[in-house]
Amino acid sequence: MGCRYIYGYESFAMYGIIDVNGMFASCEQAFRPDLVNRAVAVLSSNDGNIIARNRLCKLAGIKMGDPYFKVRPLIEKHNVAVFSSNFTLYGSMSARFASVVESLSANTECYSVDEVFFTADNIEKVMSLDEYGHQLRNAVKLHTTLVCGVGISYSKTLAKLCNYAAKTWPAYGGVVALTDRQRIKKLLSIVDVSEVWGVGRKIAKTLSLMGIHTALDLAQADTNFIRKNFNVVLERTVRELRGESCFALQEHPVTKQQIVVSRSFGQRVTSLDEMQQAVTGYAAQAAERLRGENQYCKAINVFVRTSPFSINDVQYGNQATEKLLTPTQDTRDIITAAQRALARIWKDGINYAKAGVMLADFNGREAQLNLFDESAPREGSDKLMGLLDRINRDGRKQLFFAGQGINPSFKVRRDWLSPEYTTNWKDIPRAKIG
Amino acid sequence: MSLTLIELSSLSNADSIPFYAELIQAGFPSPTQGYDKQELNLHDYCVKHPSATYLLRVSGRSMEDARIHDGDVLVVDRSLTPEHGSIVIASLDNEFTVKRLVLRPRPCLMPMNPAYSPIYFDPEENQLEIWGVVTFTVMSHLLCTE
Repeated sequence: MGCRYIYGYESFAMYGIIDVNGMFASCEQAFRPDLVNRAVAVLSSNDGNIIARNRLCKLAGIKMGDPYFKVRPLIEKHNVAVFSSNFTLYGSMSARFASVVESLSANTECYSVDEVFFTADNIEKVMSLDEYGHQLRNAVKLHTTLVCGVGISYSKTLAKLCNYAAKTWPAYGGVVALTDRQRIKKLLSIVDVSEVWGVGRKIAKTLSLMGIHTALDLAQADTNFIRKNFNVVLERTVRELRGESCFALQEHPVTKQQIVVSRSFGQRVTSLDEMQQAVTGYAAQAAERLRGENQYCKAINVFVRTSPFSINDVQYGNQATEKLLTPTQDTRDIITAAQRALARIWKDGINYAKAGVMLADFNGREAQLNLFDESAPREGSDKLMGLLDRINRDGRKQLFFAGQGINPSFKVRRDWLSPEYTTNWKDIPRAKIG
Repeated sequence: MSLTLIELSSLSNADSIPFYAELIQAGFPSPTQGYDKQELNLHDYCVKHPSATYLLRVSGRSMEDARIHDGDVLVVDRSLTPEHGSIVIASLDNEFTVKRLVLRPRPCLMPMNPAYSPIYFDPEENQLEIWGVVTFTVMSHLLCTE
């Protein structure tokens, strides 16, 4: 059971996960002392739906995914502070959070913007795992103001469940570290199987039909049976629940296989002109990210669609892919290909709500040149693109392609955007002399 | 199948002429080569704990000898423990304020301007939040700033 012997001592692999409570809402509160005891909600792009809430906002009865216009009365009644999503701020705070955890743990994996896995092998020779969890939690709060939950146990899946327990039962003080078999069993027996990491809603439903309702039911299920009826990944989940570590830490981020840039429009797009501007903009952004990843792509996909919520509109959605013979990372090639793809799917008389560009089929740069390729590598492409990225690095987008349009009307709506407290000189917080 | 031992000496004593792939420069080689170092960086000087350091801008009038002025940029480190005499950022009345922390004889937050009065507090009760410790003040001496 995950047991190893190191230098004669009995030693277990230990995994932990630390995650920030209400990450986006907490970032909005970090530099606003006036918001300490206020309910806070963050909206999706275009200020459409609720995507993050702090505890007080949850208590006010506002749910994840609620459309803003629907919960407006609740927001006013409970004096909820509402924000457009400020991903620049969240990214900056997320990096600080991750670096604090990295400084206190031997190995870490940044799992998402607000979650970091870490290893805690041999910690128990120095202090209790509970104590270690509290140290991590206190350090993150001290450095960033963000409050975290910590779970530690024999596998990533068990650590996740401990973290869930830390969130669900506040009496634990935000940290649950379980090594005692009986206590692990107890926890598994009271947690619904749908809360297990890697068990989606669909799998949970099927499991429930087979009489597997709790995490403990799943842990005690026959591994052969699970592998045959589901897949090998769920079988590993079963082993992980039993305390056998099967999912290792991924310390190096997996190289991306595709890059997607897509947005809902601030207002519906109906003219080809505007759609071309939007697609050019997304293509340019995607190309910039592609260069950031040091990749070259061979496939450029464009999609457009109407809103399923506008029931009176004619519904339409389509996508097209342009394949290149020579991989590219030049914005000009990518825009040209994206426009060709758009031309193939464009239809007049439609109220478009969303469009996007996806780059795929990545390649290193050494690809065989093709005699018949129209988009042969352009001379000086690397230099020009490098210059473009350097000028735009500060995030102000000073240099852009004319095809993107100058102040387009479909631009994303962000009416309640907070300042970039940590990344823009003009936006740093104020301190009064007093 | 037989194995033949290769004597190491027979390899290292190879009678070969080393091949220099580097081109030999015709001019006088720069004597600074190999002595390059990073230029000094003010950020490194002011920021000891990057994940805990934030920049704040001062607003309001201070007394003359406070050494902190309207428009200055404060470097604030949240990871340091405030001590007697530390300049700190405290969140008071729903906003950030710059104060001096005084612990003796009676704990209080001293204002930077005599127009305000000191705020006495009981450190045991912990009712007052000190947000961070000011480590540096950046003040521009140019008369005309943008």
